Amino acid sequence: MKKVKTIGCEEALKHLLAYLDQEAGAIKRREVERHIEICRTCFSRAEFEQSLKTRLREAGRGTMRSSFEKRIKILFDQFTTKQKRETP
Amino acid sequence: MTTELNRGLRLEITDDRHFFEGKVADLLDRLYGAALRLAKNREDAEDLVAEAVAKAWASRRSLKDPEKFRSWIFRILTNTFISGCRKQAVRPQAETFQEHPSDVETAFSLFEELHQPFLLWWGNPEKDFLNKLLSQDIEKAVDTLPEAFRMVIVLSDMEGFSYQEISEILRVPVGTVRSRLARGRGLLQKALWEHGKDAGLIKST
Ligand SMILES: [Zn+2]
Repeated sequence: MKKVKTIGCEEALKHLLAYLDQEAGAIKRREVERHIEICRTCFSRAEFEQSLKTRLREAGRGTMRSSFEKRIKILFDQFTTKQKRETP
Repeated sequence: MTTELNRGLRLEITDDRHFFEGKVADLLDRLYGAALRLAKNREDAEDLVAEAVAKAWASRRSLKDPEKFRSWIFRILTNTFISGCRKQAVRPQAETFQEHPSDVETAFSLFEELHQPFLLWWGNPEKDFLNKLLSQDIEKAVDTLPEAFRMVIVLSDMEGFSYQEISEILRVPVGTVRSRLARGRGLLQKALWEHGKDAGLIKST
């Protein structure tokens, strides 16, 4: 296996978000990983950005009103009645 | 022959109400959560999801691959949102922006504002800050973002779509997804920072 290139903080930060999004290519991923292992500041930064992503993910879960869930159910029932009419 | 058969089967699957209903039921809270961030209020979010679900059902035959149901229906949701915005007679302001962000806009980093490198190991002001933030604070900060950035943040950070999927959902190049995400995240962190200052979550040093 090829030796992983050593990169600096600037380069690591440039690719950090793509890395956390799992969108960095295999080589960049290894370089960033290696840098994070040895650099405390970038490690903390990665940890912070990851926690923020997690918080955002949680905020994306809306609490639905039961009236809304009912509304969607009624919508489905309308689909099938329409479908029956469409296909004799 | 087998592919023909498979295609026929797949069409049948997507045409099936139980398949469709099951998929929507599984995704409903995510669809609603995303709609809430796009429309910013409950009533409009409910209307948006209902309209998108109805549209999806009407065009269910356009879903060629049942495996892609999630990105397919999110595409319908965002399209419905965008066309709804266009129909509105009064728009707050036309959101024009440069596709390629300036460094100033992407450079803002909460971490850099909060992190104190010489603090003892147990001190972690950036972690403390996140812990103090309520979900509502985060939602409000997302709501301040211009539409184009809000959509990529919702699709990426909230829904976990890949850049490629987002590019297909929004019909923009992957490079545009990347640059909008970078800028959206910078703006989001700036909004959280401003909120933190207003709410007294940040100790002035
Ligand atoms: Zn570093």
